[in-house]
Amino acid sequence: MSTFKPRDWGSHAPYIAPGYKSTILRGPTRSPLAIKSGLTESTGPRFAPASVRELDFDLTKNGVVNGEPLGERIVVHGRVMDTDGRPQPNTLVEIWQANAAGRYVHKVDQHDAPLDPNFRGSGRCFTDDQGNYKFYTIKPGAYPWGNHFNAWRPNHIHISLFGPGFATRLVTQMYFPGDPLLDLDPIFLGTEDAAARERLIAKFSIDKTEEGFALGYQFDIVLRGRNGTPMEN
Amino acid sequence: MAYGETPSQTVGPYFAYGLTAGQYAYDFTDIADPTVAGPDAKGEHIRITGTVFDGEGNPVNDAMIEIWQADADGVYNENPIDVSGTDFRGLGRCGTGTDAQNRFWFDTVKPGVVADAGAPFVNVIIFMRGMLVHAFTRFYFDDEAELNAKDPVLQSVPENRRDTLIAKRVETPTGIEYRIDIHMQGDAETVFFDV
Repeated sequence: MSTFKPRDWGSHAPYIAPGYKSTILRGPTRSPLAIKSGLTESTGPRFAPASVRELDFDLTKNGVVNGEPLGERIVVHGRVMDTDGRPQPNTLVEIWQANAAGRYVHKVDQHDAPLDPNFRGSGRCFTDDQGNYKFYTIKPGAYPWGNHFNAWRPNHIHISLFGPGFATRLVTQMYFPGDPLLDLDPIFLGTEDAAARERLIAKFSIDKTEEGFALGYQFDIVLRGRNGTPMEN
Repeated sequence: MAYGETPSQTVGPYFAYGLTAGQYAYDFTDIADPTVAGPDAKGEHIRITGTVFDGEGNPVNDAMIEIWQADADGVYNENPIDVSGTDFRGLGRCGTGTDAQNRFWFDTVKPGVVADAGAPFVNVIIFMRGMLVHAFTRFYFDDEAELNAKDPVLQSVPENRRDTLIAKRVETPTGIEYRIDIHMQGDAETVFFDV
């Protein structure tokens, strides 16, 4: 067992990013204390294909009550890998999102846009032995939020991963190419490094597009890599 | 480094029907919930509970807390789904939006001491709207003063901030509770780790 490389803070947003107002009272103000990575940080929950039910990876079907969900059907392919390019097999990927109208099923969401009785908007999938995952869904809509006047979130899908260890835990958001709201969004812009931000945007793929059925996107996810030398015992 | 890390983004306010569906009564299954150890798990059964406070001292009602801990023998169970024979998952997940006082809680067993640690502890991850990157911390136990004094991570924390990591044991009519609050900011700001 080897330890994980330190988190690359340059790829992430600061805890307090004033453009995103909620960070001001919620982000820690003191630098996190570095600790020597050990047994604890190298372990983590390992899920199994059995953790994912048959329709969990298909959000166009897993909330159906009496018909097809409305909106643009898409298929998202991706590979989970580490910073050394090593695929991360057997990793759980959890997904949640708004519907095509930009409305979440969540009870707290009061946006005046319709719920879709046939779309819940949550699911999960599992990477194969090459680190690849795939899920079907409806392209989520944009929606307004209260951060500032006329604030709108760009279309996005929330994605949560465990990776191979407790230290590799990641919750992120996948965005869509060409979205004009990206340059106005304090959450996306919270990541100060422009090259890192690009890694949050999926690529449209005609190769992954399914003829007559669903537009294809590719969204690869990169987790922290491992140190070369095994940890001391 | 051949590839850059994918940036973290906030979990946002609407995670419940995806990540904590059972707790919030949405029609979806869970891969983790506030029960870390079932009734048949070996060890002392405890509840860990507390509140997350923002920089103005207000309870946060849309945080999600995950814990990851060793079993009573100090061993991490890496299979939280198939717990036949142990009744111990090791992984817990709880949102702060369903308790009337916005507390999180975990029903678990007190962990044993992991091989390279000095004292028992629980690993904690905090996610919420307003955090673009999750934060790691640990919960230690106030009735383990002797072992706490030997724990390399706890001892690496400045002495005047160590208390922010130590849960307090309380005997209640329903069992043993350990109470610990998480302060995101302020004089009592919790110590967070760069794991």
